[in-house]
Amino acid sequence: MFEGLTQRLTGVLDRLRRRGALSERDVEEALREIRVALLEADVALPVVKDFVRDVRARAVGQEVLRSVTPAQMVVKIVHDRLVELLGGRNEDLRLGAPPAVVLMTGLQGSGKTTTTAKLARHLEKRARKRVLVASLDTRRPAAREQLATLARQAGVESLAIVPGEDALAIARRALERARRAGFDVLILDTAGRLHVDEELMAELAAVRDLVRPAETLLVADALTGQDAVQVARTFDERIGITGVVLTRLDGDARGGAALSVRAVTGRPIKFVGVGEKLEDLQPFHPERMASRILDMGDVVTLVERAAETLEKEEAERLARRMARGRFDLEDLRKQLDQVRRLGGMSGILAQLPGIARLRKQIDASRLDEKLIVRQCAIIDSMTPEERRHPEIIHASRKRRIAAGSGTTVQEVNRLLKQHREMQKMLKRVKKAGGLGKLLGAAGMPPGLPPGVRPH
Amino acid sequence: MSGERGWFGRLRERLSRTSRALGARLGALVRRRRVDDELLEELEEALILADMGVETATRLTERLRRERFGREVEERELRETLAGWITEILARVERPLTVDPTRRPHVILVVGVNGTGKTTTIGKLAHRFAAEGPRPVLAACDTFRAAAVEQLVAWGERVGAPVVTGRPGADAAGLAYEALQRARREGADVLLIDTAGRLHNKKALMDELAKIRRVLKKLDPEAPHDTLLVLDATTGQNAHAQVATFRELVEVTGLVVTKLDGTAKGGVVVALAERFGLPVHFVGVGEGVEDLRPFRAGAFARALLDLDAPAEAPAS
Ligand SMILES: Nc1nc2c(ncn2[C@@H]2O[C@H](COP(=O)(O)OP(=O)(O)OP(=O)(O)O)[C@@H](O)[C@H]2O)c(=O)[nH]1
Ligand SMILES: Nc1nc2c(ncn2[C@@H]2O[C@H](COP(=O)(O)OP(=O)(O)O)[C@@H](O)[C@H]2O)c(=O)[nH]1
Ligand SMILES: [Mg+2]
Ligand SMILES: [Mg+2]
Repeated sequence: MFEGLTQRLTGVLDRLRRRGALSERDVEEALREIRVALLEADVALPVVKDFVRDVRARAVGQEVLRSVTPAQMVVKIVHDRLVELLGGRNEDLRLGAPPAVVLMTGLQGSGKTTTTAKLARHLEKRARKRVLVASLDTRRPAAREQLATLARQAGVESLAIVPGEDALAIARRALERARRAGFDVLILDTAGRLHVDEELMAELAAVRDLVRPAETLLVADALTGQDAVQVARTFDERIGITGVVLTRLDGDARGGAALSVRAVTGRPIKFVGVGEKLEDLQPFHPERMASRILDMGDVVTLVERAAETLEKEEAERLARRMARGRFDLEDLRKQLDQVRRLGGMSGILAQLPGIARLRKQIDASRLDEKLIVRQCAIIDSMTPEERRHPEIIHASRKRRIAAGSGTTVQEVNRLLKQHREMQKMLKRVKKAGGLGKLLGAAGMPPGLPPGVRPH
Repeated sequence: MSGERGWFGRLRERLSRTSRALGARLGALVRRRRVDDELLEELEEALILADMGVETATRLTERLRRERFGREVEERELRETLAGWITEILARVERPLTVDPTRRPHVILVVGVNGTGKTTTIGKLAHRFAAEGPRPVLAACDTFRAAAVEQLVAWGERVGAPVVTGRPGADAAGLAYEALQRARREGADVLLIDTAGRLHNKKALMDELAKIRRVLKKLDPEAPHDTLLVLDATTGQNAHAQVATFRELVEVTGLVVTKLDGTAKGGVVVALAERFGLPVHFVGVGEGVEDLRPFRAGAFARALLDLDAPAEAPAS
């Protein structure tokens, strides 16, 4: 019933079928579709609003790569931002000195008990830890038996059940046993509770204070809708969570809750549950999750490939020109563009001889996006003649260019100076017979565009 | 009907704890405002935040735009209007679950995705039936999940209902057959069949449910007389897929919405009512044996919009 983002945007944007940068109007229409797609994927509304604002800022003015459509370009921008927000690379559990306590929390029925057993099995098998599990769930009928059964299946020890004990007493006994018997990890399963249930949240806080967990995991269901924000926020505020496990990803829900929970708590999603069996636990992959939330299909790969090809062609061309000591403002404009789009100079410079040594440094450099955008605007306000022969740009032209680009004459001057320095450098490179020799250990190449600076 | 009011009061109280943002706006409800884009957007957002889905939320606020744009009104009035329209939609699905005493037993199959509250709902239903007259028998056909049988047995003890059980891993359909035979023998009025939670996109597991139905029909071609799909109120738009698939594969006859005692409002039910028109029989409002209430369209709609209880609790 719900279409993926790619189809939605195709309808809106591909009618335009034109080249050039994405305009504010194109992006505005696309953003409306993105908003709906995210909401249908159950990303919570406040999170959607932030996301859309953010993507707008990134997309307006973005050049559409050759061989991809505007829709595909937007999808790629959305995808990259989603991946970034979902949390970069995968994070494992951080277990301190043994016995490290892992506290499992969450709403009723979210999958805490099952995940407890899965995690125990994972730690025993993969990390060769000795794990003890204990259930503090004295409320749901047969909850402790459920964990005991699962532990047996996992080949993990579970704390003996003593009828009549309350959660705190069980926690104390579990900790005691874990210390005495030298367990590496103690995983505590707890009763499901509503975040608004004051009494039970207080109980959980008391357990936390007693056991001082190394990890407090929120177990959340991937089918969750808008409520994910309230739940995650309250658990984090009241108990303080260190990570999230997202269960039931074996279903067909888009799982927008992943983004909601992550955005609200800032905590990493450490694992995902992909089935009812004990081996059905996997590390979290932000890339996969992003594609799942918005069903972006192959578009992302397509755009990446197009970007690669273009980057390569363009870099080769620039390298040839640079090697000949030729480098006008058109070239600078293209270079700025690539820097902005591809997030680094490395692509271009890698084509030049002797540059490998510098790569690390250049990769580590950061972009000042706004500055680059302004510089592009300045060059865009020039005539082709001016771009090819910057030496003709005198006072009145400078004023016109500044006015046209919404910048100042000083900024125009700074750019022109920058360009002159780059040209000078290239001439010397040509004489010296290679860029690497010239730069040596001196650090950053003098000709880096001003928006790029080491940090 | 003090029970109704009590439930509503509780629901209301919990819901208002929900959205402090919305709650803070309650004071502004009586302020007169012009119906403009901003106000309409606020209302649309309130509906989306309740999980109603963009389509339904937009349609309702667009109707407000057509009928009220530019007028000066109190915000409360607008919310009342919206609640009225939603009540109309939901009124069609507000239908009690009736047990036919001549069937002996009236067979109710309870299905749903994992962890939604099937077993608990069966416990609560059994309690309710036993109090009203019909004698229930429970069948523990979740032979898959660890300690699922023990969980239902504990509920059986709590509400004084016999529970038919099998060995863990036993064939669920075979056990359902046995349970129906036994319920007949014992002259029970209702047979409540618990099943393992299953995601609707798992074909093998859905086939297993279909098999339970087939086997029951060998004994009683009309059975199961009701098939209840239990939905968790925290579920978002995936509820659409759940209802569509369960309905198609096991002929769901009605819904139960659980966990409305949290901050989730279950707004997706409105969209479901429009799309499928399946009766909603009950709502779950807690983990206790008493925490099951008949579904009330008006109360549900007003709670969605953060409005007070209706002056008069609707009669059943
Ligand atoms: N707060 C609240 N909790 C509920 C409600 N209904 C059920 N629960 C809780 O939700 C959890 C899961 O309920 P179960 O009845 O075991 O759910 P189930 O659908 O049988 O679960 P599986 O058989 O594991 O798929 C338990 O902790 C219940 O106590 C409700 O209306 N409100
Ligand atoms: N399909 C699927 N089911 C799961 C997953 N994790 C847990 N479950 C099921 O969800 C239901 C509730 O899980 P449980 O661990 O008892 O939840 P708790 O109430 O939070 O302890 C059970 O039926 C589990 O088998 C998962 O990743 N995928
Ligand atoms: Mg549990
Ligand atoms: Mg159950």
